[in-house]
Amino acid sequence: MRKEIIYQMGNTYRDDLNVYGYYFGKGEKSACIVGAMRGNEVQQMYVCSQLVKTLKRLEERGAFVSGNEVLVIPSVNHSSMNIGKRFWAVDNTDINRMFPGYDQGETTQRIAAGVFDVVQHYSYGIQFPSFYMPGDFIPHVRMMETGFQNPSLANLFGLPYVVIRKPKPVDTTTLNYNWQIWDTSAFSIYTNATDRIDEASAKQAVASVLRFLVRMGILRYTSHSGYIATVLHEEDLRNVKSDAAGICRRLAEPGEEVQRGDVLAEVLDPLEGEVISRILSPAGGILFFAHNGPLVMEGTIVFKIIKRLHQ
Amino acid sequence: MVKTVVSVGLPVDERLQIRKQVIEPEGYDGKGKRICIVTGTHGDELEGQYVCYELGRRVREQPECLRGSVEIYPSLNPLGMDSITRGIPMFDLDMNRIFPGSEEGPVPEYVASRIIKDIEGADLCIDIHASNIFLREIPQVRMSEMTAQNLLPFARRLNIDYVWVHGAATVLEATLAHSLNTIGVPTLVVEMGVGMRITTEYGCQLVDGIFCVMKDMGIWTGETIEPKKPIISTDGQVGFVNANHSGIFIPQVDHWDSIHQGEVIGEILNPLEGKVEEVLHAPCDGMVFTLREYPIVNSGSLIARVLGGDYH
Repeated sequence: MRKEIIYQMGNTYRDDLNVYGYYFGKGEKSACIVGAMRGNEVQQMYVCSQLVKTLKRLEERGAFVSGNEVLVIPSVNHSSMNIGKRFWAVDNTDINRMFPGYDQGETTQRIAAGVFDVVQHYSYGIQFPSFYMPGDFIPHVRMMETGFQNPSLANLFGLPYVVIRKPKPVDTTTLNYNWQIWDTSAFSIYTNATDRIDEASAKQAVASVLRFLVRMGILRYTSHSGYIATVLHEEDLRNVKSDAAGICRRLAEPGEEVQRGDVLAEVLDPLEGEVISRILSPAGGILFFAHNGPLVMEGTIVFKIIKRLHQ
Repeated sequence: MVKTVVSVGLPVDERLQIRKQVIEPEGYDGKGKRICIVTGTHGDELEGQYVCYELGRRVREQPECLRGSVEIYPSLNPLGMDSITRGIPMFDLDMNRIFPGSEEGPVPEYVASRIIKDIEGADLCIDIHASNIFLREIPQVRMSEMTAQNLLPFARRLNIDYVWVHGAATVLEATLAHSLNTIGVPTLVVEMGVGMRITTEYGCQLVDGIFCVMKDMGIWTGETIEPKKPIISTDGQVGFVNANHSGIFIPQVDHWDSIHQGEVIGEILNPLEGKVEEVLHAPCDGMVFTLREYPIVNSGSLIARVLGGDYH
């Protein structure tokens, strides 16, 4: 393992931001794995730290197939993580909305450019991002439909689901999108936590990356085969919204199979405690996403259901 | 008459409400044109607040001159404005990156879709921004090359100093202005002043211009000024100055100053070590139309934009 500072930004009032890359193996740029790009993505950093630990041991045991280089960047934005902010500490901009970056541009454009310069040209790019709504997902691989996406490769992670969605204009400045545009097969892996550590899904995420590296001929390692993924399109997911605002008491968990009419959650009057609304399942299927905050606004998406799918 | 554009229940005893003021002639038959003035997408941009007040005040002062509908939306992001939050509180989202929104989507996208639906059909929309807390801007209109043909005639009459016609960027397709222009509502984006402050002279200047445009459109019959002729430029004429060191920026020019290539714009100082980290120079002859307002800078922080040319 080789540890390098892949990007550095000086600072007057704080220590410099040093973005570290951990290199394994030697040869072609095979796979690059990027963790926390935002200050609250603690789980994403944790998953990458566990990957660094595991890959280090595997490399010492000679498990890397010669001619392959793997790069892991566990955290890009710890300047924000150290002060409890999600976006860039000074101007609240999102590094993952600045790709491919611009080295003569604004601060986060420069960071994005510096990182992109290093993570480009790998055959496979794996990012651990987070969702902007607070909630729990079933672990899955997400891909954008750029015309360059390859769902059959995404299946090789062995996670239960692969979700494909059409990119929106705002997505065109993400790392995943730009990786794909510049010829890297890119995958985003969602575990079911962001600002807390979920050991079970972190282990599953680490195992899925190792499985992928094995299947792509980068690593010699015996791993469980995992799942044959169900491939979904974002439009296959049905949003279930809260029709009332208040305290949300969740009664169903992601991954559960539900029937039409099942009570998925209750909304309580926040001051008087009475149930003011019951959120019913509009269809049978499997819960893919569940809101995890204690409060809901009217119209909050509390669940996303994969319609007509059974366990 | 105050109307509610969209209303969403918040968890505890409150509603998120976006409101607009609709001013029409007495006994209005609805046959006149309709102009929408919107602002407050970013909760830290306040320059548009004074414009809303002053426009409403002047229209009400001479109601007999009104021949159409004037709709004033002071705050598209009321929770952000109330909490000095640029984005949408709770979601940490830039509201000007979620348009046209979606009726079925998460709350911010639902709100965005309702805003679009409400403005749809207007004959002109003016979306007023105030830079951010870091940079001060001269009164200007920004538009993409794709919309310039349609929008320049309005911009020329808005009594602003500068029109920046910039290249198209896919990410900007998620803005309110792009969504409205796409559905046939000509929408001008005004940038002026600085975040968290109100520059009343800029506000009055723009209101004068809005009356000129309303008169052109047949919405207003009262007296108006002869608007300024704005400088019109494209991207190629704009020079950028970014910091390459962190520290505190002390300007040596004034906003709106004419400047020569190589002239010092300012210095970045290190307060701990008492030394100059960097001296920043003008990239070309021209006029400083954007100048750093907030002193703390990082590497990359935008310091100034200079519009190339002779503006003495």
